[in-house]
Amino acid sequence: MHVKLSVNGQAHALDVEPRTTLLDTLRDTLKLTGAHAGCEHGVCGACTVLVDGVAVRSCLMFAPQAEGSTITTVEGVTPGPGELSPIQDAFCETHGMQCGYCTPAMVLVAHALLADNPAPTREEIVEAISGNICRCTGYAQIVEAIALAAERLRGSNRPVGA
Amino acid sequence: MKAAPFEYSRPADIDEACALLAADDGARVIAGGQTLVPMMAMRLARPTRLIDIARIAELSYIRDDGDMLSFGSGTRQCLMERDTLVRTRLPLMACAIPHIGHAATRARGTIGGSLAHADPAAELALVAVTLDATLHYKTKDESGELPARDFFIGPTITALPMGACLSAVRFPVWQGKVGVGFHEVNARASDFAFASAAAQVELADDGTAKRIAIAVGAIADVPLRLDAAEAQLTGTTLSPEAVREAVRAALADIETVADLHASAEYRRRVAATLAARAVADARAHALGGRHAR
Repeated sequence: MHVKLSVNGQAHALDVEPRTTLLDTLRDTLKLTGAHAGCEHGVCGACTVLVDGVAVRSCLMFAPQAEGSTITTVEGVTPGPGELSPIQDAFCETHGMQCGYCTPAMVLVAHALLADNPAPTREEIVEAISGNICRCTGYAQIVEAIALAAERLRGSNRPVGA
Repeated sequence: MKAAPFEYSRPADIDEACALLAADDGARVIAGGQTLVPMMAMRLARPTRLIDIARIAELSYIRDDGDMLSFGSGTRQCLMERDTLVRTRLPLMACAIPHIGHAATRARGTIGGSLAHADPAAELALVAVTLDATLHYKTKDESGELPARDFFIGPTITALPMGACLSAVRFPVWQGKVGVGFHEVNARASDFAFASAAAQVELADDGTAKRIAIAVGAIADVPLRLDAAEAQLTGTTLSPEAVREAVRAALADIETVADLHASAEYRRRVAATLAARAVADARAHALGGRHAR
């Protein structure tokens, strides 16, 4: 069946089986492998992408359910080729990752959180990433990364001289 | 972890959805899909056709009907979470919603989807039973309604007739000095609860309980109201000893479930503690404190 999606600013008209998840569509058809297939039943959060700006699990959505939606994957958050977003930068600087499997989803959840709440408390950051499992870091540096990114993004919006 | 093949339909309204449901015994309604899709991924569910009602605008609303607050069955949990009417008129629901899954599942999950799935540990099912909500449905030929207490029959089993689709859920709004409490225990925050409890009280001017509703979830096949405890505590000052004794007695004869995570006895014991805490919170909240989240 035909599905139209806008992914990272690019329009796609795809022909998919209804049972194809949004995750498999992104990975297999569009080759956007930043969305990771972890548990594939909604527990681990590694497949999180932004659908119309909101973080959702792409393994819990069949492609036809996303018809007409605007999707952002981790490939879509960088300002340009070879560059990193302030959130990605913060993850690097604080070592907010080890194996990297959960990282794209963590970055996208952080994007969704900071778009909605530029000054989250530690508790709000913890709550925001609570649906994403990381088996390496113990989460502390991920929380630190998001707090650092929030601080920088707030600073970047300050009027000159403030 | 791939679903079996199915046909997919996106009806324009609930009547078309009901006609599609009536035409195919193997068809299932999907709204947010946050429970149905995992079940399909594990092949515990193999619908022949998915009828996607997520975009039917007439099924998504939160409406103040005076003594009732009404929800379209397709209203997403994230909208309920941020809604002022829910916070002010149904504080028990406002307390319960943050416990449902995670932000990423509440972004898609709906009130009707959660209730129709009838997981015994579901927070919305517990709230519906506590507050005596009414569930409205439609089939191809008729409309009907069921009280929450009659709606849930067992784990993932409801009294909905074949071919029915939930259309709305209505919650009575209590007036007066009302307070609420909600607690659950799970392995990690927002995982499935091993035991949960909800309480809502209305206090009279002298501080005694004019009206009280207490229910527990996740410990039996369906959420259960503790009628005996409610009867015993109505008219009292809700002293901690009396509350503890009343909920313990009400839970004594209930057959609780056991699984890998928690024994039947553990569930009974924890449910009693959580119910007592929920009542204590509800009383404090009614007396002017903030309700705990």
